[in-house]
Amino acid sequence: MDQPDMTQGEVVTPSLPETPVVEDRTRRDSSRLHEHTDKGLEACSVHAWFGKHHALADVSLHFPENTVTGLIGPSGCGKSTFLRLLNRMHEFIPNSAMAGDVFLDGQDIYGAKVNPADVRLKIGMVFQKPNPFPSMTIEENVLAGLKLAKIKTSDKEALLEDCLVRAGLWKEVKDRLKAAGASLSGGQQQRLCIARALAVKPNVLLMDEPCSALDPGSTLRVEETIVQLSETMTIIIVTHNMQQAARVSDYCAFFLSDGGPGQLIEADLTSNMFSNPSDKRTADYVQGRFG
Amino acid sequence: MVEPSPAQVKAITVVRSTGDKVFRGIMTAGGLTSLVVLSLIAGFLLYRGFEIFSDFGFSFLTTSEWNSGIDDIGTDARMGVAAMLVGSIVIAVIAIVIAVPFAMGVALFLEYYAPKRLRNVLTAILDLIAAVPSVIYGIWGYVVLMPLVVQWSKTLNDYLGWFPLFSVPAPIFERSPFVAGILLSIMILPITTSVTREVYSRAPKDQIDAAYALGGSRWGGIRTVVLPFGRSGLVGGAMLGLGRALGETIAVFLVLNLVFKVNFNILSSAGGNVASLIATRFGEASRYELKGLMAAGLVLFILTLIVNAIATAIVNRSARGVA
Amino acid sequence: MSQEPALMVQPRRPWRHPAQNALTVTVIFTLSALGGAAVTAPTGLAGNLGWFVSFIACAIIVSWIAGRFRSKVAAADLVATVVIGAAAAAVVIPWTSLIYTVISKGSKVIYSGWFTTDMSVTAADDVFTVGGVSHAIVGTLIIISIATLISVPIGIASAVYIVEIRGRFSPLVRFLTQAMSGVPSIVAGLFIYSTLVILVFEKFNALAGAFALSILMLPTVARTSEEVLKLVPDDLRSASYALGASQVSTTFKVTLPTVRSGLVTAAVLGVARIAGETAPLLLTSLYLVSFSTDLVGKPMATLPTYTFGNLQIGTENAVARAWGGSLTLLALIFVLFLIARLLAGRGPGK
Repeated sequence: MDQPDMTQGEVVTPSLPETPVVEDRTRRDSSRLHEHTDKGLEACSVHAWFGKHHALADVSLHFPENTVTGLIGPSGCGKSTFLRLLNRMHEFIPNSAMAGDVFLDGQDIYGAKVNPADVRLKIGMVFQKPNPFPSMTIEENVLAGLKLAKIKTSDKEALLEDCLVRAGLWKEVKDRLKAAGASLSGGQQQRLCIARALAVKPNVLLMDEPCSALDPGSTLRVEETIVQLSETMTIIIVTHNMQQAARVSDYCAFFLSDGGPGQLIEADLTSNMFSNPSDKRTADYVQGRFG
Repeated sequence: MVEPSPAQVKAITVVRSTGDKVFRGIMTAGGLTSLVVLSLIAGFLLYRGFEIFSDFGFSFLTTSEWNSGIDDIGTDARMGVAAMLVGSIVIAVIAIVIAVPFAMGVALFLEYYAPKRLRNVLTAILDLIAAVPSVIYGIWGYVVLMPLVVQWSKTLNDYLGWFPLFSVPAPIFERSPFVAGILLSIMILPITTSVTREVYSRAPKDQIDAAYALGGSRWGGIRTVVLPFGRSGLVGGAMLGLGRALGETIAVFLVLNLVFKVNFNILSSAGGNVASLIATRFGEASRYELKGLMAAGLVLFILTLIVNAIATAIVNRSARGVA
Repeated sequence: MSQEPALMVQPRRPWRHPAQNALTVTVIFTLSALGGAAVTAPTGLAGNLGWFVSFIACAIIVSWIAGRFRSKVAAADLVATVVIGAAAAAVVIPWTSLIYTVISKGSKVIYSGWFTTDMSVTAADDVFTVGGVSHAIVGTLIIISIATLISVPIGIASAVYIVEIRGRFSPLVRFLTQAMSGVPSIVAGLFIYSTLVILVFEKFNALAGAFALSILMLPTVARTSEEVLKLVPDDLRSASYALGASQVSTTFKVTLPTVRSGLVTAAVLGVARIAGETAPLLLTSLYLVSFSTDLVGKPMATLPTYTFGNLQIGTENAVARAWGGSLTLLALIFVLFLIARLLAGRGPGK
């Protein structure tokens, strides 16, 4: 990868205290959503187009390390588009385009010499519908990323167990690792997909409505998993479920489209967003008056 | 919830008008035509060839000789389709082995690599090529393809001649099963490609996305998701091609030398083919030999029917997503 | 919130690297071409094709090395791209050769009288300024028309049975229709020979040929019509039934007219399927050197049997005439396909 491309002319705050990773979570502060650091994931004035259709306009947001950020808003407001811009999945749609920059640990992920596959290794993704590879066993599913990215590991067994434990699935499947991935229940499949995403050791995990296809019990299990994972990685989750956003996220960002491109209306600590939003539209949405 | 008593249950009966009844009758008759025609074909070929089956029994399938005897009632006759049947299968297998990798390549290219405009052009060409008559393939195969294949055959024989499949009793390479197989592979490519492509296009997009999200390349997505998903469809497409290849007559007739002896030296100028046998012998056949040809036709009919039924079942199953 | 007009921002596509891609392609192409030549020149592999094969082999090696500069994943991806692209390019070669050969060889014998004269006073070996294929064109058209008249109504009825009536045998009918599409053409010919030619007419004639071809045409028409009928939305049928229409009038006045152009396409595709069939005609309608419209009394010439017959004669001029027949036949099928595509391009109901 090349050197950080800081063409924006922003000055990195030099006095930023180098706090240990674990303590990071304690410093929750809405100002962190707008700071510029060379840590974590940051979007700067990001736009997205599908052909001529301008889907997302001018979103700037910083995702501090080891936090959970919920992206909320009604359907069609550009949250999922934004999410897919963050790990370069947006470009698979024919005729799509973008503007702005996205930095991961200070490096421009849209830089000229950056390999998009490497970006997606660092920034994993879990999808709306559980999508384990049906031709593979549970074990093969978890390790699929290694094969796809041709990564060698010394101890596959340990990695397999570690990923399944962190995804909260180990106890349920440890005796049938050779069973087909598709033989699991929907909630288990989704946690298998999380384990699969963890196996390539991403720094950031993007989740696109990961619970929308699951029953309440499974949803709860996945939410527990998310909270545990956020101790060691940055998580960004798109959700339509206000309670879920309140339960799992440290920060929230509210997106809205007024007929034009989707925009970021407000981003703050989750507690502030739900108790004391600064924008009236946010208040209306989180209290369920529309959307 | 009160359970309805049996007296309350009333079946919905449909009273159809006479017009509707007649209409349904005619359409049902139309639908059952295929059943009638298929049974008639089997029935008549069996009826016409019955004498042959009763004269030779099972040895009709195991004998390679084709001697229709000295008169119209088949005195001293000894007939069997073993060499022709084996030859048909050898040629069809050569065709499939060559066509399937190319069909996979073209299907993947059309579905996942080609820009939209190129895809439309290629699909149109594919459709048109699929309709080129076999007699044209035959003349082109004889005039243009065969000299080339003879050259390759010589090279193959030079380097791999020690291997029985590529050895030849005499250095004549024209009109060999290899030539016929390559020509057939070109002929069945369109159908095999279009079936394969149809199946590949149904590969689940969300799983391909998952492969990309795991740091996979385009090829990674294809290998992890598309190929396993399309495996049974590919088998079905190959079987459909096999059915076509088994039944092909005129093109094979023009580029294959029929010899009534089971032969696995695919480069040598001696092969067999049931359909070509019928076309070759039909014009000058005695009444008894004609019955033999009918019997051979029945064997071919049943063979292709089985291959096609299996292929159809596989393709339909994979089309429903039970990959 | 910034309300600056978004139009100031220029969309970009940082994932596209046209210059880099062009460079990669050029490098791979040049190196492989040189490599291919280097392999072909001393060993004398089979000419252009040998060059093509070694070119692809070199391209695979070069692209793997080029990809390795980035990563193993990129190397595998690049190799796969080259292999898949090469497969697509390779299959175009025989098709191009086939079309080119038919046109270049076929056009040599076609002159003004080609479409207006027959072969009744001309021998296959005569010069190319006499004789033609008018009899074969007319014969082909007659036999195809009769086959169409037989198989289109039955094929559509079969589709209506599956889609509209949804009778007890629908799965069976669909399965048998598909199985029937695999009946070898020579078997269809043999069947008609053993029934119509021997038992009914007691001679080879055009009608028998038409029946043999209709066996081959029926599955194509039935399957395409089925696909077309399935596209009719159920609302349309429900609306008709709600007006008190019977199934007959719903089918004939609503459903079928809606997909008229689709059904025509089905018929044209069926015609294209049989237009070039040779083997069944050799057993049924045979061949005739002269112009004839007699359906029952005598054999009839067709373009495929004309081509095949001249090919069998085998002399230089006869083979040249066979190429002419091929070109005429190919042109006929091409025109039919053009019609089918034009009709298919229009939506249902137009």
